[in-house]
Amino acid sequence: MTISVTAPSVPAASGATDQMADTWRRQTSLRRFYTALGVALLLVAMFASMWFADEANAGHFFDRLPHILDFLSWLVPKDWNDVWRALFDIASPHDTGTQEFNFPLGRVYVWGGFYVPEYFELMLTTVNVALVSTFIGFVFAVPFSFIAARNLTPHPVLRLVVKRFMELLRAFPEIVIAGLFAAIVSIGPVAAIIAIGLHSIGALGKLFYEINENIDMRAEEGLRAVGANWFERVRFAGLPQVLPNFMSYTLLRIEINVRISTIMGAVGGGGIGEELKLSISRGFGAKTLALVLLLFTTIFIVDQFSAWLRRKLVGEQAFLMGA
Amino acid sequence: MATMTSDEISAIEDRFPQVFRRPPYKRFGPLLLLLGTVLYLAYAMWFFSLPQVLRESHWERLPLFLSQWISYDLQPEFRLDQPEITPKYPRFSALGENPDPDWVIKNPDGTFTVQIDGPAKSVTFDKTQATIVANGQTVPVSLTSGKPIVTGPVPNWITAHDDEIVAKMGFAGEVRVTVDRVKVRKRFLGWANFVFDTRSPFFGKSAGEVISLIVSGPELKPGTSNLALAGDNIWNNAQWQHGDVWTKLLQTIVMAFLGTLLGGIVAFPLAFFAARNITPSGVLSQVLKRFFDFMRSVDMLIWALFFTRAFGPGPLAGSAAIFFTEIGTLGKTYSEALENIDDKPREGVVSTGANGLLVQRYGVIPEVVPVFISQTLYQWESNTRGATIIGAVGAGGIGLKLWEAMRTNSNWANVFYMVLLTLLVVFIFDNISNFLRRRLSRTIHDYNRIQAERG
Repeated sequence: MTISVTAPSVPAASGATDQMADTWRRQTSLRRFYTALGVALLLVAMFASMWFADEANAGHFFDRLPHILDFLSWLVPKDWNDVWRALFDIASPHDTGTQEFNFPLGRVYVWGGFYVPEYFELMLTTVNVALVSTFIGFVFAVPFSFIAARNLTPHPVLRLVVKRFMELLRAFPEIVIAGLFAAIVSIGPVAAIIAIGLHSIGALGKLFYEINENIDMRAEEGLRAVGANWFERVRFAGLPQVLPNFMSYTLLRIEINVRISTIMGAVGGGGIGEELKLSISRGFGAKTLALVLLLFTTIFIVDQFSAWLRRKLVGEQAFLMGA
Repeated sequence: MATMTSDEISAIEDRFPQVFRRPPYKRFGPLLLLLGTVLYLAYAMWFFSLPQVLRESHWERLPLFLSQWISYDLQPEFRLDQPEITPKYPRFSALGENPDPDWVIKNPDGTFTVQIDGPAKSVTFDKTQATIVANGQTVPVSLTSGKPIVTGPVPNWITAHDDEIVAKMGFAGEVRVTVDRVKVRKRFLGWANFVFDTRSPFFGKSAGEVISLIVSGPELKPGTSNLALAGDNIWNNAQWQHGDVWTKLLQTIVMAFLGTLLGGIVAFPLAFFAARNITPSGVLSQVLKRFFDFMRSVDMLIWALFFTRAFGPGPLAGSAAIFFTEIGTLGKTYSEALENIDDKPREGVVSTGANGLLVQRYGVIPEVVPVFISQTLYQWESNTRGATIIGAVGAGGIGLKLWEAMRTNSNWANVFYMVLLTLLVVFIFDNISNFLRRRLSRTIHDYNRIQAERG
């Protein structure tokens, strides 16, 4: 679309308007050229990446594409009711003694005949891993964030040390920490908690100190004037201002950590991830669907609950994007 | 803090009742929250049987493993029941085919001396007796009575088992003596054979020698230039597997890039139909939003496992998993950004009689593109980290290699090498993404300000 510019307030005859239009046209064409160049480079990188990924993969895209539906066929159970039975560990009429259909085997008896279905127990493990590790992250990130904030730090050198330390925790691959601690505290959820917890300290600490740096400093000045020490200033001037935002980011972190703890489970951290990986690799249709359903529902509920609570805590601000 | 009289305190309390006399739920809310947290933690301790796990854990392994990240050891063994004592090195030892290290000394009187850390930490032995020196003490061990016996007092750095004497010398290593063999472990700081492995013709040569061989030396392998040979030897280093590690690292990068970009391309048009203020149909908006939620909530792990089964293990599966998750994440954030735009430019373009597509192009896109790009870059950044983890379930990239190197608990130096490379990649991509986002941030700052003003 072309927009014709008419400017009645400018004297018509002068060459000035022509010159302006000319400059505008030149600038636009230059910008269009750069945009086109950027897009072209991006497309080249994209196709090169596609080719590389396809080459390196065990099965190739176009060879496997016609068989995508074959792969889905094992997923469709013979009897859809088996999905419910697998979910709640109810005996299936198709039970032939194999692992695929022997649902009651996994029951976790709590008291007498009362049991928790296996998958719910595993899901609980995964959620607990996420909650405990977020708690660890929160407990350490709060003091660290006040030390790392430019306006509240007790000492600039300490600030730098804490900042670098948190950066390291954030960037260090969780899987390596998990692997290291698996060798120390035995493979399982505790190693996953340590790994995700350490990562959360770094991730939350960064978000927290960025909030701290934007607080209103007048309350802090007032406390400083009456001779409050560092701890008192942080507690009474800093914390009340930032706590809603801290809680909001912590809730967001819980959402992320539930996902990470699921993945950690698949590489040996216990919980539902492990069972899902086994079930998919063995091709247990009903069990896989039950697990996916449970995991999907849990993540959906956690996300919705957290979004609702965040909206209550800090309003729409929780959903604005950070620059 | 300064002290106040009770009159002053009560005067302030009267002036600000909203601070000092709050309703009970506000006063006791934090306390209840704290109590709940403590109860939950107690429950979690029981749930994970934490005391038992901690009791059975092996914390003494932690410093050992950490030291293995940046060091390697050599373990010569000396059989004493043979006619002649000779040092034996394990196969694939870091010293190559014909080891003759200068810290293993054959003395003129037929005894051997192994210096673990110079003469201050060493062991000297023949078939009848071993003398262990460390921490300023000299401990003779007699081997003649069928059992190794420490003559004199046993210092605390030596453990005397029934059939074996173990002398620990800290980081430097240890000595194990039985009647028929002496086993030494000597630890070196650094990474062994990082450039050339023991099979390479360049092995054991100094940097100067290697360079002069490459520049002017005779062909070591006929028909191949020395430069190509050196490159090939480095790339295919059996111990460090540089080639494989770098290829896998590139796969991880590609997975994150491809998944995020394709996710963005698909989410872009869908977001317009999902945004309530732009879409022509409310039903379509709801359907698309639930679709985005679905793609996000079916976790990246599930997608990764499915696509690994569909395409076979490799970066294609990983890219597809990130792609599917990103359709959900980016679709959601894009449509939320679209719902928060300022309507005035759009109305302006509508009033010129432009058709639907042109309204979006000139009335909406200029406002949202910086936000879209910034969001996409942010996701790209976080996916670069995430791609490492999903790799471990078979979805390609460095994750699986890391996981396999860790499983044996013996290859920590390789793990650390890959970790360093991963950290470097994350650092570089964070900076690229931050740089690009900073250039966009002014526009986004304006956007956020408008949002804040509108409440």
